[in-house]
Amino acid sequence: MAYPLQNYLVLSALLFGIGMAGFLYRRNVIVMFMCVELMLNAVNLTIVAFAAHHGLNVGTVYALLIITVAAAEAAVGLAIIISIFRLKGTLDVDEYDQMKG
Amino acid sequence: MILNENLYTLIPLIPLAGAAINGLFWRKMAGNVSGYLACATVLASFVLSVMAFFQLIGLPAGTERVIHWTVYDWIAVGTFKAPLGFMLDPLSMTWLLIVTGVGFLIHVYSVGYMAHEEEYSRSRYFAYLNLFIFAMLMLVMGDNLLLMFLGWEGVGLCSYLLISFFFDKNFCAEAGQKAFIVNRIGDVGFVLATVWTFATFGDIVFPGLFEALKEPALHPGSLAITCIAILFFVGAMGKSAQIPLYVWLPDAMAGPTPVSALIHAATMVTAGIYMLCRMSPLFAMSPSALEFVAIVGCATALFAGIIGLLQKDIKKVLAYSTVSQLGYMFMAVGVGAFTAGVFHVTTHAFFKALLFLGSGAVIHALHGEQDIMKMGALKKKLPGVFIVFAAGSLALSGFIPFAGFFSKDEILFSTFVSHKYVLWGIGVLAAGITAFYTFRLVHLTCSGESRMPREAADKIHPPPKSMSLPLWILAILSVVGGFIGIPAAFGLPNILGEFLEPTFAQAHHLLGGHGEHSHSTEFLLMGFSMAVVITGFFLAWLVYGKGMARSERLSEAYSNFHRIVSNKFYVDEAYNAVVVRPLRKAADFFGRGDLIVIDGLVNLTGGIVNILGIIVRVFHTGVVRSYAFWIVIGMIVALWVIAG
Repeated sequence: MAYPLQNYLVLSALLFGIGMAGFLYRRNVIVMFMCVELMLNAVNLTIVAFAAHHGLNVGTVYALLIITVAAAEAAVGLAIIISIFRLKGTLDVDEYDQMKG
Repeated sequence: MILNENLYTLIPLIPLAGAAINGLFWRKMAGNVSGYLACATVLASFVLSVMAFFQLIGLPAGTERVIHWTVYDWIAVGTFKAPLGFMLDPLSMTWLLIVTGVGFLIHVYSVGYMAHEEEYSRSRYFAYLNLFIFAMLMLVMGDNLLLMFLGWEGVGLCSYLLISFFFDKNFCAEAGQKAFIVNRIGDVGFVLATVWTFATFGDIVFPGLFEALKEPALHPGSLAITCIAILFFVGAMGKSAQIPLYVWLPDAMAGPTPVSALIHAATMVTAGIYMLCRMSPLFAMSPSALEFVAIVGCATALFAGIIGLLQKDIKKVLAYSTVSQLGYMFMAVGVGAFTAGVFHVTTHAFFKALLFLGSGAVIHALHGEQDIMKMGALKKKLPGVFIVFAAGSLALSGFIPFAGFFSKDEILFSTFVSHKYVLWGIGVLAAGITAFYTFRLVHLTCSGESRMPREAADKIHPPPKSMSLPLWILAILSVVGGFIGIPAAFGLPNILGEFLEPTFAQAHHLLGGHGEHSHSTEFLLMGFSMAVVITGFFLAWLVYGKGMARSERLSEAYSNFHRIVSNKFYVDEAYNAVVVRPLRKAADFFGRGDLIVIDGLVNLTGGIVNILGIIVRVFHTGVVRSYAFWIVIGMIVALWVIAG
């Protein structure tokens, strides 16, 4: 363990913050999607860091599991984005307002 | 043996299959195919029934003479068991032969009678008719009360469907509903009785139930047994049209005439008698219930007979006559003469089916005319119909040696020897009335001068073969049918009595015999009732024999009596005022309550959700990024709570 745990946690907090900010401020749906992925991986990093810190392999296995699920989720998400792009002809989320109540 | 019993399971199943085919493939039924199919299925059932009959009489005589088999366990919950089982004993065998035999003849007749209907209408008709045969066979063959109730409801349904067969006519639809609703009242009695029977005796399968009834701890005449018996009788009142639930049967004449013959004369309406006979061990334990049955039956016999005196519709006369004859049967059961009741059911099935089919032939020939005041002198135009109609009428009025004589006389004799002299007197009076209205009916339709318009008289056509053949067979049965139950006084064997003895042994044992009676008493009573019948004929001849003038003078002289009787004692009006209208009012009241209270509550719930929706709508902007914002806010709040 070359670096202390705090470094990893700070890094992941930064990554999560960037992801959240992008998710909130960007209007391009693909960028928003990438921001979600970024937040997810920030959480993943936290898990792996804690696992290494406590010397528990279970955490590492969980991280692998999350990556697998994230891959599947990415596929579904991209598919949705493609079809909504076909429907609307734009990637701007502010145009997707049919769900207005 | 096993093979045979499973073969007999087909007896009800074949007509069911016929009903299914006619009902499902009605588009494919061209011409008379539906009718032929229906006839074939009932004929097959009849043949199987005859086979079963011969197997049954091949068994040693006595209480062992029963064919009983279980197809599978239908319902088994705890100690409650209702198998899909069938029981053929002498009693159910008698009904089985009547239902399939007379049923077959009426199916054949229907082919001719319904020939003018549309093809799809015919297959609907025959599907219902076959379904009726199935339900009636389930009622008769079922070995437990629940299966019997299944058939009981099934015949009620078919009766409703067939009464309102011409549903585009309002009065037919209304008559069907009336029959259905009045029958429901009786059915409640049946259901309660079944439940109470199970609660008291712990079994509803007949052999087990009858064993339970032999339990010496049971006190005959106890209140519970009397109540159960009377509840069963309430069920019978509805189905077999007894006072006060008889009102549906005269209206049921709105259905096609063969239906009146099959369902509302020969078979279904006798289901009540069957049920009472089946439960004879129970009824025998409650003398007061039996007395009640006898009194109701006797009152019905007289009351319906009087109404029948002045009816103008040929089928209505026969309908009231049926109610009256059913009253006789209940009177027989009520005095413990179960065999006499069954005997009258059998002969009545022959001659009343014959009379209805004969009246159907008349109506058919006159293109739908049912008013006997517009008939007359038909014996010249329709000699064949006149002969069979007259044979049926003589049997109905109980003229020696026609079928009705023996059975009616047996009932009156049994009533007399059980010291119910008042009931006997009323029964004899009703016999005289029967003779009167029968003579009037035959005279006004067939002899005297013709009262119909000339062009109608010219269009009369004789019935086709398919209609006349069943008429002749039934006419022969009406003439000779009485010889299966000749009274002991003639010194000949009483075939039906001996056949049915094992079924009623338990009841007879409880009731005790009436002791020996000298044959001279019996002959004396026979002679007396014959004299009454002849007097009835004579009085009717005095009134109607010489044209209509005298009857019109009489109806003016006794205008009050005439008005009340021809309006059927205003019973329908009274029921309307006492039962129907208050019920309608109550329904209106509760309907409004439903509108205000129930609907109000439902609408209130909806309203609350609606208001909540209006509030929550604010957040549904449709802008994805605002959702994202709320997610983040939620996450922060959640974290803040956790970190709290």
